[in-house]
Amino acid sequence: MNQGGMTLIVKQTARLVSGFITVFGIHIALTGHLTPGGGFAGGVILAAAAVLIVLSFGGAYCSRLLTGPACHIADSAGAMMFLLVAILGYLVGGFFVSFLPQGNLFHLVSGGTMPLSNLAILVKVGAGLAGGFLALSAFRLASGAKEGD
Amino acid sequence: MTPGRDPAARRAADRWPEKGMQMEAIVPLLVVLPLGAAFAIVVLASLPTRREPGGSVPLGQRAALPLAAIIVAANLAISVRLLGGDVGPMFIGGWSPGKTLGIQMICDGLSKLMAVTINLVALASIIFAKAYMRRFTKVWLFSSLFLLMTAAMNAVVLAGDLFNLFVFLEVAAIASYALVAFGCEAEELEAAFKYLVLGTVGSAFILLGVAILYSLTGQLNMAMVASLLPKAGSSAVLLAAAALIAGLALKAAMVPFHAWLPDAHPSAPAPISAMLSGVLIKASGVYALARVVFNVFGPTGAYATVLMVLGAVSMVVGVFLAVGQWDFKRLLAYHSISQMGYVVLALGAAAAVLARGGERAVAGLCLFGGLFHLFNHAAFKSLLFLSSGSIEQQTGTRQLKEMGGLSRRMPVTSFCCRVGALSIAGVPPFNGFFSKLIIIIGLTLAGYPLLAALAVLVALMTLLSFIKVQRYALEGPPQGSIAAVTEAPASMGIALALLAIVCIAGGLAMGPLREHLFAPAGEILLNGRFALGTGVLP
Amino acid sequence: MGTAIYVLTFGLLVVGIYAVVAKKNIIKIIVGLLIVDYAINMLLVLMGYRNGGGAPILVPGESQAQMTSSVDPLPQAMVLTSIVIGLGLTALMVAMAVRLYEKYGTFDMSRIRRLRG
Repeated sequence: MNQGGMTLIVKQTARLVSGFITVFGIHIALTGHLTPGGGFAGGVILAAAAVLIVLSFGGAYCSRLLTGPACHIADSAGAMMFLLVAILGYLVGGFFVSFLPQGNLFHLVSGGTMPLSNLAILVKVGAGLAGGFLALSAFRLASGAKEGD
Repeated sequence: MTPGRDPAARRAADRWPEKGMQMEAIVPLLVVLPLGAAFAIVVLASLPTRREPGGSVPLGQRAALPLAAIIVAANLAISVRLLGGDVGPMFIGGWSPGKTLGIQMICDGLSKLMAVTINLVALASIIFAKAYMRRFTKVWLFSSLFLLMTAAMNAVVLAGDLFNLFVFLEVAAIASYALVAFGCEAEELEAAFKYLVLGTVGSAFILLGVAILYSLTGQLNMAMVASLLPKAGSSAVLLAAAALIAGLALKAAMVPFHAWLPDAHPSAPAPISAMLSGVLIKASGVYALARVVFNVFGPTGAYATVLMVLGAVSMVVGVFLAVGQWDFKRLLAYHSISQMGYVVLALGAAAAVLARGGERAVAGLCLFGGLFHLFNHAAFKSLLFLSSGSIEQQTGTRQLKEMGGLSRRMPVTSFCCRVGALSIAGVPPFNGFFSKLIIIIGLTLAGYPLLAALAVLVALMTLLSFIKVQRYALEGPPQGSIAAVTEAPASMGIALALLAIVCIAGGLAMGPLREHLFAPAGEILLNGRFALGTGVLP
Repeated sequence: MGTAIYVLTFGLLVVGIYAVVAKKNIIKIIVGLLIVDYAINMLLVLMGYRNGGGAPILVPGESQAQMTSSVDPLPQAMVLTSIVIGLGLTALMVAMAVRLYEKYGTFDMSRIRRLRG
């Protein structure tokens, strides 16, 4: 992988497109209780946007913002938010019981705590996959010079 | 506490007394506490900190292992507290599986026994790890993976749903693959890769069995599948059972699916070897096998025969391969295969007695022997693995021929190692003697005198190989540079002493243990297909 | 459709197991494990099929009573979970394969045999 990133055309296209990809991923996760998709699919799309940026601009440029510890923190924060949603169910009667009203069909704010769980999974999967890509891309197979994770 | 929205759960809450409701509320904490702590450790360790002088480990990363130890101790306290109470069926989120497809957690006698075993061995391992892991970097990663594995194993024994069982089996397995490869040396990676490939094939077969069961009954809940299964066709059920038993026997390291164990268990760091051999092959292998064969399929003749053949072959092959080993940890790993064969053989004999309509007392005796041996093996095998880790740290070698005279140089470690060796060899008054005796008596009463004689032969060969261990490692002249070793650090000694006390107490206090721990667990398996139905079926 | 597609799924499972057993290159073994995973996932999805059923999604303007037949949504949820598990396993396998190459210098499984006995 060329550490300097790709040509100007690729960089311009990535600049234009990556915002839309990110918004699309968040949309799929937010409306997970209405349309097919949900947290995991949205997280994968979010990670795909991150991978696109890293591939187009080069690892050296992105290493300021997208670092290993940042992915660790986001990953675990998402998982702990999911557990928080489960534990908050104790306030209304039991483990994992939904504490938000069920609402009306086809509305965005409905379905109990499912949108919250979807958002938590979005953050976790996106950060996890981006972190996994960074860890795997840090290996150098040919020579001995490597920075492992 | 007001129950959830589902009216069936509300009726269940009216039935159970107030004390029962309290117990049901803390059961999910057995899974939630380690899981939350695993992720909290990652956050704490990744926070940006000032560079500390001298290049020492930042505070957030140093706090990982003590936090893990506290969480595991809390888990053990919760599981011991659960022993006394009567816990009804728990429906996650208030969704009862009778009308809708809800997920259920079960916490009956068998689950409580396994929970106590898992958390006890985990506590000893994490206390041991404090001093042992000094040679590794990134100890916070080890603590996080360890807590993930513990949380997943607790969830496996609490699962009342076939797919939930599979998912947490996989989580525990993935955490263990990463932990076996933790040191990233060449041999550890090779062993972990082999373990990973075989484990994935086994999990694929488990999922195949679950898929076939779902297509036959339309349910995933264990109680509902058990009640709907006799109406389904018979050849498809046999295929599902074959796939499930094959996958679970691979997780339990039965011969001929044992090829991953002699490489994976010695190559892992010592606390992980203790966890793998001590609880992982039991919780994800033998427990799941017993739960599925007894409580879902029902103990019929075919399954009993399969279990007995698997158990007998593993018993014999394991001990014959173990006698010739000179690597201490590899010898212990082969003995794990053999002792698991004892447990599965006892379970199979109980199933055979139940299948042909024999006396319930005989089947109960076989089950008591099998479950007691499972608990004892968790205690003494993890004790032996931890003491081998302690010996390896102090002397730098795992080969028996290079050790010698350790009983004089390392008194605490060698005393605990001797307790473990005598327990596994079946010497009274340690716990191994009683459990093997009960298994042999149970086999004879059940009408299999040949298998009982085989069990006696295997016990004698186990004694032989541990006499070899004691002679070369603990007694005898010190070889080379061994003469200058010192005793292991105190925290290792505490962990070893904890397990040694359990070994001794298991033998002396067999009566009270049987009444509180093993009899309820045996009852669940004795009731066969009807054990899980209370409170679930509409 | 009949039983042919189920037979094909089992055929895929056998192909995957053949790749795991008979191939020496680590990457081919990993691909074999992926094929086994996909075969089991496909079998799970096929279990949910109902004759003439549509997708189990309600559209605005249609009530639950109007959906006469739909395919079973539960195997789809199971497959989603299974795909995620497969993803985690794949990441771990590939990372281990890369580290094995660093240590042994080869991807050939028959030369990665230091553990014996």
